[in-house]
Amino acid sequence: MMRVWFKSGAPWIWLNAAAVSICLIMVVGVLVLVMVRGVGHFWPGKVAQLIYQEEGEQPQILIGEIVDTTITPALMAKASGFKMTDEEDTLVQYQIKTGNRDVTGADFRWIEERKIKQEKYPAGIIVIERREWGNFYGQLVGIKENNKTIATGEQAWPMVSERINRALSIFKEINRLEKKEIGAINYGLERLRLKQKKLQLENRWNEPAEKQMAAEKAGYEAEYKRHQTQLGELYQKIRRDSLIAKTDSGGEVEVPLAKVVRVYRPNNMSLIDKIGHYGRKAIEFVTDDPREANTEGGIFPAIFGTVLMVIIMAIIVTPFGVIAAVYLREYAKQGFTTRLIRVAVNNLAGVPSIVYGVFGLGFFVYILGGSIDQLFFPEAAPAPVFGTPGLLWASITLALLTLPVVIVSTEEGLARIPSSIREGSLALGATKLETLWRTVLPMASPAMMTGLILAVARAAGEVAPLMLVGVVKLAPTLPLDGNYPFLHLERKFMHLGFHIYDVGFQSPNVEAARPLVYATALLLVIVIVGLNLAAIIIRNNLREKYRALEG
Amino acid sequence: MASQELRTHAIDMSSVLRAKGNQKEHNETCIKIENLNLFYGDKQALHNINMEMPKKKVTAYIGPSGCGKSTLLRCINRMNDLVDSARIDGKILLDNENINDKAVNVAALRRRVGMVFQKPNPFPKSVFENVAYGLRIQGINGKRILEETVENALRGAALWDEVKDRINDNALGLSGGQQQRLVIARAIAIEPEVLLLDEPASALDPISTLKIEELINELKEKYTIIIVTHNMQQAARVSDYTAFMYMGELVEMGTTSQLFTNPGKKQTEDYITGRYG
Repeated sequence: MMRVWFKSGAPWIWLNAAAVSICLIMVVGVLVLVMVRGVGHFWPGKVAQLIYQEEGEQPQILIGEIVDTTITPALMAKASGFKMTDEEDTLVQYQIKTGNRDVTGADFRWIEERKIKQEKYPAGIIVIERREWGNFYGQLVGIKENNKTIATGEQAWPMVSERINRALSIFKEINRLEKKEIGAINYGLERLRLKQKKLQLENRWNEPAEKQMAAEKAGYEAEYKRHQTQLGELYQKIRRDSLIAKTDSGGEVEVPLAKVVRVYRPNNMSLIDKIGHYGRKAIEFVTDDPREANTEGGIFPAIFGTVLMVIIMAIIVTPFGVIAAVYLREYAKQGFTTRLIRVAVNNLAGVPSIVYGVFGLGFFVYILGGSIDQLFFPEAAPAPVFGTPGLLWASITLALLTLPVVIVSTEEGLARIPSSIREGSLALGATKLETLWRTVLPMASPAMMTGLILAVARAAGEVAPLMLVGVVKLAPTLPLDGNYPFLHLERKFMHLGFHIYDVGFQSPNVEAARPLVYATALLLVIVIVGLNLAAIIIRNNLREKYRALEG
Repeated sequence: MASQELRTHAIDMSSVLRAKGNQKEHNETCIKIENLNLFYGDKQALHNINMEMPKKKVTAYIGPSGCGKSTLLRCINRMNDLVDSARIDGKILLDNENINDKAVNVAALRRRVGMVFQKPNPFPKSVFENVAYGLRIQGINGKRILEETVENALRGAALWDEVKDRINDNALGLSGGQQQRLVIARAIAIEPEVLLLDEPASALDPISTLKIEELINELKEKYTIIIVTHNMQQAARVSDYTAFMYMGELVEMGTTSQLFTNPGKKQTEDYITGRYG
């Protein structure tokens, strides 16, 4: 019986199916984990008010969100120093986010379930998201305008959101002025300084140049003064209101509205309110700058940096890879040398990426970048321009890293084009070059796109080499902005992959940042899928267009 | 059954040949091959070929598979240049000019000597762009002149009526026979002097084959045609002259009627009568 069953091939099919299922389960598992952990982060959880009594102490009130639960068997709990009575089989512990880091010194604490005397979810508990010190949990006491209390208790609530919106719009204006206007002035002044130094170095610094420069400088400075007074007024305005709130221990805290991102009362929210809140938080995450050492706010600069780097990499790697593949396949005499080159190219794909990072730093950044600085930017010395890690070097390093993939798939594409097509073109009086440009390369373009897709997939997820050649924890400016020459290839940039590492493992507040790790990971996956989808759609269009001959 | 079929074929052939026999034979030479030898590496594929092909006539190469007839054909537009190991000596004179000369511009030569391959090989472009390809290579991009030439070429290849409504569709959507006529249109669009046909109908169904053969009869008004075929009926039907090749050598060449009805060599007779091959 068994023999027949084995011979029928059924076990083999089952084995195959099992292997496929395991792969599928793993992929789905990763996605589900990341999604559940990451997506849930923005949902406004209910805030509990607990009466909690440590042994031999007075009961105290705790306000916070329950974020995690652990259940420990009694034996293990005993071993780690908890006092356990004989009736207890397990020790249940909750992690609650109590916020108020400015008051208590920590955002989170672990409590034991058996010491909770009372658990309530009272309406009216407010959560304040602040620009500093993390979240605040407590009760609204009142609202102050110019240090005079103008409303207290429940009456104060409607005024809060209204005044916060006012403060937010002022904050936005301040931000715009500081970042954009004054940023542009600073950039202009720096350019003037470099220009002056350059003229001096070239011995062309004379009276007219000096006069012109002084005039330009004066222009900038006047503008700066104007902005400065404007800013002063705005700061005056934003400082007007503040909010008084009571912490769980009963102390009152005054929170200036200038430092508030949003205030909400999770226990009073309906489902629709919660969905709205979730949507706003999610949008903030995708479109805003990070706050508080990357543990709060958004990750827009990281998304932007990742996408821009991948695009620049693609622009560099595609022509190089295609040209190399065309030479190898179409022009080079096939033999030992080409075989050797192919082996070398394939092995290049297996070199650990950090090695590329080291190479990028040593060759591109220090040697190439250093020479560029010496030749073209002597006025900036001793500060480096290209002689320091930056977007360009990161893109080139990754281009080098992904070059083998593009070469190999382009070569395969060229090899697949039937010789009858080439002969057809040659027989019509086309030269080899014309045949290549008019027929062979267009027909091989889907294969080139395949190479590009693989390259993009690999490059977008690569982190290790980037840490050496241009990625930073926090970049003050985007590599693309409104200041000439708009695309600043020498700037450092942020990257989603590095952001995950930084937030998860280098952050001062790891507990608070952990959900962000998942959310960022999810976003990284989405960005890579998006980039790939775009490339796949282009490839499929090309395939349709250059459908190769059958057989 | 089979023998009866064969006999009907034989009758057909003899009547065709009798008609051809009445043609008056005096012709200008278009291509003259002198002492041509071709080697693939160490292996000699063509042995000392000497032949002449007259202008505006159809010459057929026949012979068993691997006898070198396609190789010989590909010498005439130097397609064998693509084979790294191929080495040629001897002369091929096209209008008294040796095309094997180093100084010859190969692309220009191929414009004069068009070629159609065994399998239809249209480019994955529109019907129009396929036919316009050779012109665009020559830098002719004027819309009017392209449209005119494409239409004339498609009419010349008896394809215009079938494709005029889908001239901008992908050529790969045409049937095999239409594709082969498209490829012929593509070749005649650049107005070559000679057309080389390498088993042009071997991948086609009988009706498409018939159409191609009719087309060849029309085309010989304007072009010198050399056709390679393994189908002797086809050779008899379409050609004025026939060359029989065997093992890389030219065994015999003559007018088609003479070669088929009164072969000079035993080998030829054996092949034609089907006793061999």
